[in-house]
Amino acid sequence: MTPAAPVYVGTDVGASRTKVAVLDASKRLVGWEVRPSGIDFTVTARQCLEQALAMAGASEEQIAGAVSTGYGRKNVDYARDTRTEIGCHAAGCYHYFPTAITIIDIGGQDNKVIKLDAAGRRTSFKMNRKCAAGTGAFLEEMAARLAIPLEGMNALAARSTDMVKLGSFCTVFSATEVLENIRHGKKIEDIVKGVFFSVIRRVVEMDAMTAEVVMTGGVVAHNPIIVQMMEDLIGRPIRVPEKPQLTGAIGAALYAMSAASETVTLNPMEEPNG
Amino acid sequence: MAEEKKVVRKKIAAAADLNNFMRDYYLELDAAAQKGSPKIAWCTSVGPAEILRAFGFLVYFPETHSAMLGATRMATEFIPEANAIGYSPDICSYLTADIGAFLKGVTPLEKAFNIKSVPKPDVLVFNTNQCRDVQDWFNWYGEKFDAPVLGVHTYRGVGEVTDKHIVSIAKQLEALIPPLEKIAGRPFDIEELRRTVALSRECSELWKKILDTAAARPAPLTFFDGTTLMGPAVVGRGTQKAVDVYKILLAELEERIRKGEGAVENEKFRIYWDGMPVWGRLSAHSQLFSSLNTNVLASTYCNSWIFSALDPKDPFTSMARAYTELFIVRADEAKEAYIRNMLNFFSVDGIIYHDAKTCPNNSNCRYGMPQRLEKQTGIPSLTINGDLNDLRMISDEQTKTNVEAFIEQLQERRG
Ligand code: SF4
Repeated sequence: MTPAAPVYVGTDVGASRTKVAVLDASKRLVGWEVRPSGIDFTVTARQCLEQALAMAGASEEQIAGAVSTGYGRKNVDYARDTRTEIGCHAAGCYHYFPTAITIIDIGGQDNKVIKLDAAGRRTSFKMNRKCAAGTGAFLEEMAARLAIPLEGMNALAARSTDMVKLGSFCTVFSATEVLENIRHGKKIEDIVKGVFFSVIRRVVEMDAMTAEVVMTGGVVAHNPIIVQMMEDLIGRPIRVPEKPQLTGAIGAALYAMSAASETVTLNPMEEPNG
Repeated sequence: MAEEKKVVRKKIAAAADLNNFMRDYYLELDAAAQKGSPKIAWCTSVGPAEILRAFGFLVYFPETHSAMLGATRMATEFIPEANAIGYSPDICSYLTADIGAFLKGVTPLEKAFNIKSVPKPDVLVFNTNQCRDVQDWFNWYGEKFDAPVLGVHTYRGVGEVTDKHIVSIAKQLEALIPPLEKIAGRPFDIEELRRTVALSRECSELWKKILDTAAARPAPLTFFDGTTLMGPAVVGRGTQKAVDVYKILLAELEERIRKGEGAVENEKFRIYWDGMPVWGRLSAHSQLFSSLNTNVLASTYCNSWIFSALDPKDPFTSMARAYTELFIVRADEAKEAYIRNMLNFFSVDGIIYHDAKTCPNNSNCRYGMPQRLEKQTGIPSLTINGDLNDLRMISDEQTKTNVEAFIEQLQERRG
């Protein structure tokens, strides 16, 4: 018998961060946690789960469904099923914006562009290739080169008045370009903005930005300037869900919920959830 | 824990006969190389093998050897050797792996058949219908072995195949005869050529029938089986032995169809593969798709060794046609018509394009083809980045996530 107040858990174990989202039966986000994935994904996921449940004021017994996603999705010991991060980001975004959308997810190690039709069905998706360009890893590398903290990049870029354009595709070449600009006395904020611009250029090269555009992912969560710059580039407003870093985890929790409700239909003797 | 599903894939019994065929083929070549007779010709995989056989040459195909380097995951170790002598990591990794292994004095034939080295050529004959890389590859060996290199220079990006194309290629094929007579030390006999062309045609027809069995639901074989079963179609065309072994294989597959036995358990999705296989990941990819109840059952690649135009009555002209009509030689429009036909014949749910880093010639996804075909047919596609031989170009995790997400997408479409 399912407990009276069921919760649904989605866990997104990314190459850089692990995110857990807890939804209640009315699909409200009631708990979450984000931590560096570290080297033991199973332990990190558990720690995130405990924190997120505590925030939701729920216990493990109340978990009526748990799905994991992301790079380390097979390492989550409490997950009952797995889904790809592409499916989960799509489900998470469609939950917030139920219309035809193009989703741009900028993560620590990869980017995705996912297209959904008005019914929420995926029509195509692209993941970036074997390269750091356009991902959070690129920003980390550049922050290190410029000897500035990663968290400080957004505020710095916001002060820029004369953005430096970086032309190269490759992270190593870009680093050389950055050094070149420093030698020429360019302002650090202008270089940092150029670094962000380079990220969004790599993303728009992946696919055509059709329909409404939604942006998600940790890089977007911590650097809202990227959204503004992307809006300027494509000339349209962009929508961002409430917790852009959690979209994949929320999508996984939604899958957990729909799987649980399918089970209910299959077992009419059980009490329906929620 | 969300465990990875273990899958059982059905073995093809005739695979043992095919293995024996390949073993005998290489042992015969090795014995000839030791003795100095019969003479040995190296040939590109879609080169004029029939002419060489008509002269009594044993024919060796470096591409098959390099695919073996790939499948045994030895290739990646040797590619840098060729890079170091000036062959870029961006060009054909068949070439770089093969030359690299040769420089190190290593061959996968040693472990497989106790053969110490590739057979020394008396002549090397290429056809540029597939790419220019084969010419560079053969020239390198020509110099190494001090052996003559002959070639056919084909048109590329051909839309409609016209008589002009055919006449020009047929002339080039005929022009091979005088130098080959000298090297073979015997006069050309047109009847011998008719015989090898007829055998080649028969082999090609059997191979087509074998591949066509995958139209059945469930399909009795997979693309991954096909890439190894195609050995005789490549190295044995023009011989009776290839014909014989394919008859055995075809009978087994037809029997599977009668019994309703699929190569993949509980086949739910049917995929078309465009591009080269990732040789070092054949079994991993086969497992991956099987675990998703998906059969990659048809491909441009395996179908490239079907030469329906071959006609013993008119050997030169028909060879010219067969080797020009090939997919790889054609313009995108002709390629797309070909693929549409395949999608239809094999009742395909989705297409996977393998964008192989070092072979633009077999990577058809680089000029908008996936988008055009999807628009025309409504069949969705996925492009995966990889390579035929160079495993440094591969991210297994990305491939896996992409493939799983693609199958999820197909599932969603079905509702
Ligand atoms: S077609 Fe591609 S794989 Fe084959 S020899 Fe040419 S470049 Fe190499």
